[in-house]
Amino acid sequence: MYQVGNLVKELSDKHGHTRENLIPILQDIVHKYNYLTDEAMVEVAKELDISAAEVYGTASFYTFLDTQERGKYVIRICKTITCSMKGKSDIIHTLEDILKIKVGETTADKQFSLIETNCIGWCHKAPAILINDMPYTELTPEKVSEIIKDYMKK
Amino acid sequence: MENNGLNKVDLIFEKIDTKEVLIKAFKMSNAEIIQHMLDSGLKGRGGAGFPTGLKWKYTAAEPSPEKYIVCNADEGEPGTFKDREILDRVSNKVHGGMAIAGKAIGARSGIVYLRGEYRYLLPKLMIELDSFHKMIHEIGYDFNIEYRMGSGAYICGEESALFESIEGKRGEPRNKPPYPTVSGVFEKPTSINNVETLVTAVMIIFHGSKNFTQYGTKDSRGSKVFSVSGDTPTPGIFELELGMTVQHFVNEFGDGDTKAVQVGGASGFCVPRKKFAETIIGFEGVPTGGSMKLFNSSRSMYNVLHNYLDFFAEESCGQCTPCRVGCQQLLKGVEKVKKGESKSTYLTELMKLADTMKIAAKCGLGQSVGNAFKSIVSNFKEEIIY
Repeated sequence: MYQVGNLVKELSDKHGHTRENLIPILQDIVHKYNYLTDEAMVEVAKELDISAAEVYGTASFYTFLDTQERGKYVIRICKTITCSMKGKSDIIHTLEDILKIKVGETTADKQFSLIETNCIGWCHKAPAILINDMPYTELTPEKVSEIIKDYMKK
Repeated sequence: MENNGLNKVDLIFEKIDTKEVLIKAFKMSNAEIIQHMLDSGLKGRGGAGFPTGLKWKYTAAEPSPEKYIVCNADEGEPGTFKDREILDRVSNKVHGGMAIAGKAIGARSGIVYLRGEYRYLLPKLMIELDSFHKMIHEIGYDFNIEYRMGSGAYICGEESALFESIEGKRGEPRNKPPYPTVSGVFEKPTSINNVETLVTAVMIIFHGSKNFTQYGTKDSRGSKVFSVSGDTPTPGIFELELGMTVQHFVNEFGDGDTKAVQVGGASGFCVPRKKFAETIIGFEGVPTGGSMKLFNSSRSMYNVLHNYLDFFAEESCGQCTPCRVGCQQLLKGVEKVKKGESKSTYLTELMKLADTMKIAAKCGLGQSVGNAFKSIVSNFKEEIIY
């Protein structure tokens, strides 16, 4: 859990207090904290003068606007056909081994979340993952272990 | 055509002085720009293939003082990655295409809707957009572009769902009519064009429409950027002249053991080996937004179909019943047949369901689930059953 503090107010002032700015505001909160708490969504509703249900209804439509707790680094593994054909399962096993969690879970220290996602547009360099915004492509179990170990040092 | 019916073209990534093209375009009348597009025969490069000139003409005809150009960069179709490459390498031409389209229809504002998966490109694009705005200002023209980000919803590539998303709502497609040319984003007349379409428009102004019509066929003019992946020794992005057959394509990109090509992604059609020679890639045969996936004989077409149905079941927005329930039932249905819990004749029932979805679903997503389903099931029935 994080405390939203003045963040929602700052973001609403930056983007504007109207409905069309709802998604950019939610995206900025997720960009900072990786997920939306109930408290954050209620605050956004107040700032934009819409119901909290509208905010939740919108957020829950979009897979990248997570409403459940996520770690500091969200690892999204592409599960669409080409990545599946080119060794996605080996990448998942490697990540599960290193992080000691299953797909869908978050590590106890709240550093990493591991989730599957639909096509991220790197089929020619499969298998591919996103860690927060950054794509990593043409992965092998060795390559992905190195990448995660670097993130662990951050 | 040379090279076994396959002709490589370099228009989209060709280095040009965008400023010169804009100066040339801004000297033309709006009707002249639109006539160039109509003469070129350019059809939308996102997959649906609506004639670009007509889209601009209809939007231009609306009397509203406020109109929009929206660039659809929500490239989510499995197997498509050309728009990311275009934005990464020649964003100036994308922004330029928006300004030319804006001039043609009478819009002073443009919005790029970029998929969330490509957010890492944003810092670079913001710098490039800044210099673009400076350049437009130098020419003495007034046109402003802003970026809006998607957040991981395939359906937002559907034009009216994309408008809803820009307006801050759930990305649920609207009823049509009214069409975007009459009432699009913020209920204003809007021309929504794919990234590649806008760049192609710039190149048509640059080289002239006659130069463009020398490429391609009557129904599929020009060239197109293809995203090639799957079982191929040379995956990647290739700009090719339209009019080739799947056989030409496989001769160039196959690994010698290609048994099927999925043309147009999960919402497209599966072409089996026996139909390679007779199937043209384009609007007279199988259309594609660029996605070309090759499968060799080591692949199970059941797994391919299952993967696509799983994709649609997750990405259906859930608004209309034919799509929400249909996707789930098709997925459960093929699983049951595979496990032997349902007879193989059940596939005939599922085919009828896919037909119903094509007629009754509200938007292109639900309407096109049957494309992959029917073409895979009818051509690879044994692999689905056993």
